[in-house]
Amino acid sequence: MTRECAVLLPGVCAALADPRQPGLDDTCLEKLLDWFRSLTWFDPSVELVQDNPCLTELISSVLALPEPSPSILSFTLQLAGILAASENRFQHLQQEKLLGRLFGRDGPRGHAVWEDASVRSGWVKGVHSMVHHQPALHFLCSGGGMDVIFALQGDPSLFVSSAASQLLVHVLTFSVDSETSKALSTKDCEWPACAQMIKKHVEDSLQSGSASHVEQSLRLLTSLFGSCYAAWTEVLWSDIAKQIECFLMEETVQAQHMLANLLLNVARSPVFCDAEGSFWALVTSALEHLTPVQACPLAVGLLKLCKCPQDVRIQALTVLLQPMDCILRAASQPLEYAGLLDESVSDPVTVESLLSSKTSCAGLLCQTLAHLEKLLSLKHLRVDLPYMSLLRSLMTILQFCNGLLSPASPLGSTISRNLINCFRVQKSALDVLAALSEKKGCDTLVGSLFDILLAYLESPNTSPTVLKKAFQATSKWLVCLQELSCSNSQCQQTEKILEDVFVVLQKRLCSPCWEVRDSSLEFLTAMIKCLRDQDGFRQCLLSSEVPRLTENLLEDPESYVRASAVTAVGHLAFVTYFAPESPVAGNQYNKENTLAKLQEILSTDSEGFPRRAVISIFTKWLREGCAGQLEDTEQFVSRVIQTVEHDLDWEVRLGGLELAEVFCSQTICQLGLSECPYAPASSAVPACTAQNQLLRVFCRAKLFGFLFRSLCDCDKPVGQRACDILIGLRGNFYPMSTLENPREIEDSPAGRGIAWLQRTLRQGSLAQNFPADGGDGVDFQDPESMMVALGAIDLLELHDELNKSSDHVEESPQSLLQDILATMGTIEENEVDCY
Amino acid sequence: LFQYCLSGHPTLPCNVLKFKSTTIMLDCGLDMTSTLNFLPLPLVQSPRLSKLPGWVLKDGSTFLDKELKECSGHVFVDSVPEFCLPETELLDLSTVDVILISNYHCMMALPYITEYTGFTGTVYATEPTVQIGRLLMEELVNSIERVPKAQSASMWKNKEVQRLLPAPLKDAVEVSMWRKCYTMPEVNAALSKIQLVGYSQKIELFGAVQVTPLSSGYALGSSNWIIQSHYEKVSYVSGSSLLTTHPQPMDQASLKNSDVLILTGLTQIPTANPDGMVGEFCSNLAMTVRNGGNVLVPCYPSGVIYDLLECLYQYIDSAGLSNVPFYFISPVANSSLEFSQIFAEWLCHNKQTKVYLPEPPFPHAELIQTNKLKHYPSIHGDFSNDFKQPCVVFTGHPSLRFGDVVHFMELWGKSSLNTVIFTEPDFSYLDALAPYQPLAMKCVYCPIDTRLNFIQVSKLLKEVQPLHVVCPEQYTQPPPTQSHRTDLMVDCQPPAMSYRRAEVLTLPYKRRYEKIEITPDLADSLVPLEIKPGISLATVSAVLHTKDNKHVLQLPPKPPQPPASKKRKRVSDDVPECKALKPLLSGSIPVDQFVQTLEKHGFSDVKVEDTAKGHIVLLQEAETLIQLEEDSTHIICDNDEPLRVKLRDLVLKFLQKF
Repeated sequence: MTRECAVLLPGVCAALADPRQPGLDDTCLEKLLDWFRSLTWFDPSVELVQDNPCLTELISSVLALPEPSPSILSFTLQLAGILAASENRFQHLQQEKLLGRLFGRDGPRGHAVWEDASVRSGWVKGVHSMVHHQPALHFLCSGGGMDVIFALQGDPSLFVSSAASQLLVHVLTFSVDSETSKALSTKDCEWPACAQMIKKHVEDSLQSGSASHVEQSLRLLTSLFGSCYAAWTEVLWSDIAKQIECFLMEETVQAQHMLANLLLNVARSPVFCDAEGSFWALVTSALEHLTPVQACPLAVGLLKLCKCPQDVRIQALTVLLQPMDCILRAASQPLEYAGLLDESVSDPVTVESLLSSKTSCAGLLCQTLAHLEKLLSLKHLRVDLPYMSLLRSLMTILQFCNGLLSPASPLGSTISRNLINCFRVQKSALDVLAALSEKKGCDTLVGSLFDILLAYLESPNTSPTVLKKAFQATSKWLVCLQELSCSNSQCQQTEKILEDVFVVLQKRLCSPCWEVRDSSLEFLTAMIKCLRDQDGFRQCLLSSEVPRLTENLLEDPESYVRASAVTAVGHLAFVTYFAPESPVAGNQYNKENTLAKLQEILSTDSEGFPRRAVISIFTKWLREGCAGQLEDTEQFVSRVIQTVEHDLDWEVRLGGLELAEVFCSQTICQLGLSECPYAPASSAVPACTAQNQLLRVFCRAKLFGFLFRSLCDCDKPVGQRACDILIGLRGNFYPMSTLENPREIEDSPAGRGIAWLQRTLRQGSLAQNFPADGGDGVDFQDPESMMVALGAIDLLELHDELNKSSDHVEESPQSLLQDILATMGTIEENEVDCY
Repeated sequence: LFQYCLSGHPTLPCNVLKFKSTTIMLDCGLDMTSTLNFLPLPLVQSPRLSKLPGWVLKDGSTFLDKELKECSGHVFVDSVPEFCLPETELLDLSTVDVILISNYHCMMALPYITEYTGFTGTVYATEPTVQIGRLLMEELVNSIERVPKAQSASMWKNKEVQRLLPAPLKDAVEVSMWRKCYTMPEVNAALSKIQLVGYSQKIELFGAVQVTPLSSGYALGSSNWIIQSHYEKVSYVSGSSLLTTHPQPMDQASLKNSDVLILTGLTQIPTANPDGMVGEFCSNLAMTVRNGGNVLVPCYPSGVIYDLLECLYQYIDSAGLSNVPFYFISPVANSSLEFSQIFAEWLCHNKQTKVYLPEPPFPHAELIQTNKLKHYPSIHGDFSNDFKQPCVVFTGHPSLRFGDVVHFMELWGKSSLNTVIFTEPDFSYLDALAPYQPLAMKCVYCPIDTRLNFIQVSKLLKEVQPLHVVCPEQYTQPPPTQSHRTDLMVDCQPPAMSYRRAEVLTLPYKRRYEKIEITPDLADSLVPLEIKPGISLATVSAVLHTKDNKHVLQLPPKPPQPPASKKRKRVSDDVPECKALKPLLSGSIPVDQFVQTLEKHGFSDVKVEDTAKGHIVLLQEAETLIQLEEDSTHIICDNDEPLRVKLRDLVLKFLQKF
């Protein structure tokens, strides 16, 4: 603790203990507790309490209050717990006879204030902090504390009950780990007294037949097996496994919904890595007996495990795929498709009845689909999914949802009725469909899949959000299609599909709904990104009306649409202007007009999104070496950074810096200077000539003015980025070592200008009126001055300054204590005012 | 309660309800799909149409080649188009007392009913319905009369001949019922029989029933009707909408507690969501115009066009279409656009509030002011001077058989740049386009039907809970083309009763009560007797007077005092004498107490036997039986009148008299 804080602390403690003071807000108290936690974390010594007697005084005076406020009492309990976490300080507080009055029988337990949940929560947290050594454990067990915690497990406040459960897990783990050295057996007598107490409590509750007690113990066990991987947990499990099995088989106590998580945590625990068959038999049994909705999370969890036996994994997969299988079977004639699964784990009637009910059908399918999407996104899935059947099932769902499929079975008709126009299921199914595009082996279905996707894209009944998902899935599958289309017949199929896609895209770009126009443009951009090298795609695109319609949307009234149009037009340029040989005469699209239009948006658009889109497209063009085809790169960059320099949106300014950075690195490479200062210099051009040339290019492009001014930007990320760029640039002109020892500034007109710059930069974002064109003699376009500036200004210091968080002053403990005092102090003033 | 179903078209209904002593016609829709079998009527001589070859039978006979023409494999009647009337033979339409009109689309057959059947009753409709209905009729008559056709084909209608014709003529039903269009004088005569009503206004029909129009939310002035007597309520739901468009929202609450709900006029395109269709309409319109093409929108002069213009008003600037002219061509275009602005009280809340600002409720006023929307009575005259392309034209008739639309189809049909967008759901667009084939023009089908869909119907029925639902048979099964869509039918409990054309339904509801009033003086003369706590009875002797279906109980006329001077009455003056009425008895006889009373009066040998229905009290000595049953008491004794009277009096002591 700093001296300043030690001085402030007594005042704060006195104020906190003063019942006349209004309660401080909870965040302040939390921050104070955090500070104490950090103080005590690495320091078990007793000095903290000895040197600051105000702390114990605070505790005793709060305890002495006839009616302490719940928040202060809760704070005191937590503070005492934090202090008592070390054995030394625990003893000290015991000597002061404080702990018994806080956590023991004389504590607040029996009083009216205990009714307040925050006090109970403070008590639990205090005990949790305290129990980190044997004396505390004994104190807890001997003072009747365990019974209190057991009771608090069923507390009406969820925070308290959950904290009590966590505390029991902690106490059990601590007790076993600290009090036993040898392996435990199932015999109770070998377990430490406290652990024995908890174990017995858990076992008794599980057998009590009371749903709430069972639930509390299952919650405790779930949390225990999720956090503690000690060998003794296996012993504990062997004691309760029978009871868990009973819960699965019998429905006397409604505990099934808790079992999936418990079993999953046990399965994840390394202790059960080599578990014998009995545990996995229990898991299998759970997969069979839990309802599909309960079993689904368990199945997904098992599928993600590395060490799950293969047969269990297959069972889990079967459970997960059952609704998809049911859909497939319901939609097709008997024997037409084999279905997804050879056999099912649990009774298919349950899934069928869930799918037949209007209320549960969409929920079950959405849950299954969400899990499938996650599984498909995993890099290494340890079990083979039947991709083809899965795709067929997804297609069936999508056809049910838009009423295009006439089902062959009565179950199919019911499901179809439940799913027609169900947007939730449509969205989930399209997500999975998109994820499935990356998997191999679905080639034969691609044709019919596109029929369905196109039906969704075309239908006026498709909602904008569903349409967006349909576009995403389509763009992914188009990539697959391109990869497939090698043979001639497939080539024709691909061409036909692309034509159809562009016809529908054309229509969607004219939609009166802006969300639709926006997602259509995003779809176009996504397609160009993936397919711009494909001749067939380019031809289809250029022979459609899409490019012209896209350019029209640069003037859309909705800013999001304009932004997406900018991005799309930017990407279109790779196909129209920048392509080495455009398949269609490139003249129909006027480069100059497009560039002028984008620059106009950058300088005049009233919304930030389109401007951000323009600057990022310009950067992309520059990065891909296309900007030079439009005009001289230097002029282009210069014009753009002058436009964005005064933009009100910091992201646009940041985008400008990114463009500048790309320009710098490209120019450096072009001039034969290596971007990396440590790389051997290229011998083509003598280094100093190249440096001079470089400086001149940057000065002509007005780069330095932009960078130095950005250092004082009111938005920190902009300043940081500018600083990074300048540090990088400096490496090209000065050896790295000079970074830490900036040069002295000579007393010359240029030197004075640089000195001014240095002073201004120190003010950071507070610098007012950074002159537009170099104030006080700083000529940002003068290569020599800039060379001096790069050498003289301490960029590293600036860098550190910029990287400090803006509230680093306010975050300090000292400032916290001062704030508390100030808040409390106002009372007296107010009191005076009252008279 | 009977329903005579005169039309088979579910959205152009014509039903007659016999309810109490009244005969009420509910709507008189005109099925115009018959016109699709006819050749279009071109405003300007069309070489293409006039050169169409006559149709020749398989055996080479050419006797029909003047009447029937062939175009792209379809055969059309070359004659003035004719319409399929509602059934006129099912009942004598001159007996119809009133006609209730629910919206302007459902009154197009009115002149045929009022002017040809001897109808002498009254027609009830709201003001916008009448005004816009008049516009629709005027446009119809005008479009057909503008192109006089010399010949009228009738040979093909001969049953023997019809059998030989190709489909769809072969399968056309009720061709003998098809009639030419009515004339303007007939329209005027028909409309003069209409009495205007307002929403929630209660109209008494002959004292027997009361009818009330309710807002149905579908079109300006569109109504559903409540037909009720004191104890029965029939709701007639026709063409209703729950969407927020321009009309006043639908009044659902008043439909509650109906005994019978007749449900007609649901959406014709249940799978198309109107919002999606409007989007589709705008997208296709913009796409065509941007490509330099023209857009033709065949439509009625009122209704959805208001909403389309409103959508376009919001859309054209954002879509960069501000410079594209929109033309609305109809003989009634001007009236339609202006009428829509003056019916403020019939509009939705938002539009009503605009009137107080004051602003025109519909934004098409602004489109007209800024010259973006121009309207003309026909393609002749000013329009030909102003006409600029590319443009968007709204014009009728949606069947593409008559009206200015025929001209644009001929003009623009050859270019694939142009698009015809069908928004009215009444006609199959493929059939409408048949006589224009081959056609290069693009065709887009965006039917916008804002009427109730099946999900909304099911919610409505759950909400208003009628005892019985009656609907056209088309609504009780999935659409024929989508037999798996079991969601596209009316689903209610008990299942809806269905009807088809020319069917008479006995509605599943029996009348049980009738209300009768008692005059105050008669009421005053009554002497109620409380027989149970809260229940009093009184005997009433009165004369039932029935007039105008109202029943009143009046005091019976007093017997005239015989004139003192005359001793002899003349037979003809004889008034039936009012005998002194015997009092009515009520109550039950407690056997034990009765026996005690008998004993008190000297009957000593009383014996009681229980029977299935009551008791028998036996007076052995007197050889007399008293049968006491729940609803009768008999005293059986042989020829001892004094004993019988004595016993009777003892029995009466236990009963209440009034």
